[in-house]
Amino acid sequence: MSGLEKKCKKKMVPLTGNYAIAAAMRQINPDVVAAYPITPQSAIVEQFARFVANGIVDTEMVRVESEHSAMSACIGASLSGARAMTATCSAGLALMWEMLGVASGLRCPIVMPVANRALSAPINIHCDHSDSMGARDFGWVQIYSESAQEAYENVFLALKLAEHPDVQLPVMVCEDGFITSHCVQNVELHDDAVMKRFVGERKPEHSLLDLKNPITVGAIELQDYFFETKRQQEEAMGHALKAYLKVGADLSRVTGSKYPYFDSYGLEGAEAVIVTMSSAAGTTKAVVDRLRHDGKKVGLLKLRLFRPFPYEQVRDALRKAKCVGVLERSFSFGAYAPLFSEVRNSLYEAGKKPKLQSYVFGLGGRDLLESDVEEAFKELLAGKTTGGMEYKGLR
Amino acid sequence: MADAKGIVEIRIHGRGGQGAKSASQLIVEAAMDQGKQVQAFPEYGPERSGAPMVTYARISDKRITTYEPVLRPDIVMVIDPTLLEQVDVTNGMTGKSILIVNTNKKAAEIRNEAGFAGKTYAVDATGISIRKIGRNLPNTPMLGALIKVTGVISLESLIEKVEKMFLHKIGKEKTQANIDAIKEAYEKVA
Repeated sequence: MSGLEKKCKKKMVPLTGNYAIAAAMRQINPDVVAAYPITPQSAIVEQFARFVANGIVDTEMVRVESEHSAMSACIGASLSGARAMTATCSAGLALMWEMLGVASGLRCPIVMPVANRALSAPINIHCDHSDSMGARDFGWVQIYSESAQEAYENVFLALKLAEHPDVQLPVMVCEDGFITSHCVQNVELHDDAVMKRFVGERKPEHSLLDLKNPITVGAIELQDYFFETKRQQEEAMGHALKAYLKVGADLSRVTGSKYPYFDSYGLEGAEAVIVTMSSAAGTTKAVVDRLRHDGKKVGLLKLRLFRPFPYEQVRDALRKAKCVGVLERSFSFGAYAPLFSEVRNSLYEAGKKPKLQSYVFGLGGRDLLESDVEEAFKELLAGKTTGGMEYKGLR
Repeated sequence: MADAKGIVEIRIHGRGGQGAKSASQLIVEAAMDQGKQVQAFPEYGPERSGAPMVTYARISDKRITTYEPVLRPDIVMVIDPTLLEQVDVTNGMTGKSILIVNTNKKAAEIRNEAGFAGKTYAVDATGISIRKIGRNLPNTPMLGALIKVTGVISLESLIEKVEKMFLHKIGKEKTQANIDAIKEAYEKVA
């Protein structure tokens, strides 16, 4: 690592996904960061702690004794009107479970990077998506990042989306543990002053520290109001779907990158399409390039936003394909795998549907090889579907 | 050497604690300073000091999207010669690949030992580092050998990067020792 990257104008630097995320946090300079270390997330918080210790940010860093406490501290800070962030993965995310629901239920716009890692048992420190997929129904917005650059920019997207007046929900920014979190890559850091201006100040409508307008937070709601409160939360997710594009357009003016619900890579005229997320999309792009060069009609839909799920847009993008394979890094035991399930759902209203195949790969950090992706494309081009779950890279 | 596929793929074999990971980062960071697109990542297994480990680097003129491990390396660099007996360091190498080994033996001997028919280079990076740096730190001199035989970046840009990365961490004297070691390996690799 090239030491501490200091205040900067827009420049290209070699950074891991974790350091890129820490750089985004430095530029955001949140009021409070409460975190607990866990591999492979630790480097985010270690690097950020250096920024705090060196006075580069003036964040209140809270060193807590567990992830449950980390999220609890963030919730308290967020309700007090502060901009609060943490980061975690795997068992750490699992230990937060209870508080994840509190954060979204109390409408706290907390931003949390997650370096996706498998859940125990067997114990494993490597990448899969079982941690964040397990948390997919907790009312958090989930954005997935292919590269360190995307992880960096997604943190800004997440922050402004979380704090959007119509949304007020917590957001996870996922990157693949080790694969992205520990891979040194070219990252273009945007100008400090520009990013500072982009994030601005958090202006909460209500806060515990607004003594002139006292509020009650976390009151019990039984049969009388609970249902209504939860329905509002669901409505906020609907707003998040719209606000995502609006915030993305604003961020785009600053960074020059685009933030659609998903990237369409070679989708135009594609007969065989792979739907996947995160680093697997990068590997798939390399295969699409090669197969397209050989005249094969293949394409990739790289989903960025998983919650809320852009059903309509995914349907429109996939309806013309002949055969679609969904490659994902997690199970939903006893059910269709999570991403496949959503893609299948999105196609229900389509008049003419493509054939569908579910593929699970890479659990516990098993490498996804280009030959695995190529094999999947060949099967999809041949229209070969099995009606069940298939595996890539399974021994 | 990036002509055929527009990208140079490097695999480094070392043992935990020998600096294979730092070496891969150093080389790609130097390449990035020259405007290249890069990637450096280790194969993370159980991390134990002394255990065989592998790290990868890619240097390209175009954007790198794949996260596949390097399976068909253009360059294989072996930081610890005892690995030749334990690990198939030539796995995935083609006739065009280059093998560089830290050893006090001649390249011809290494070619036999590794069972590799392609271009093979030997450099006594351990000897050089003990003489110049005063410790067995073969990873930086190995990079001197690497850039000499492959030309992935210039000697000047590697030295510039070493100065930038090392100076604030280990001071002027030790940084210069590392640079001297790189230069000697650059000259002596054969």
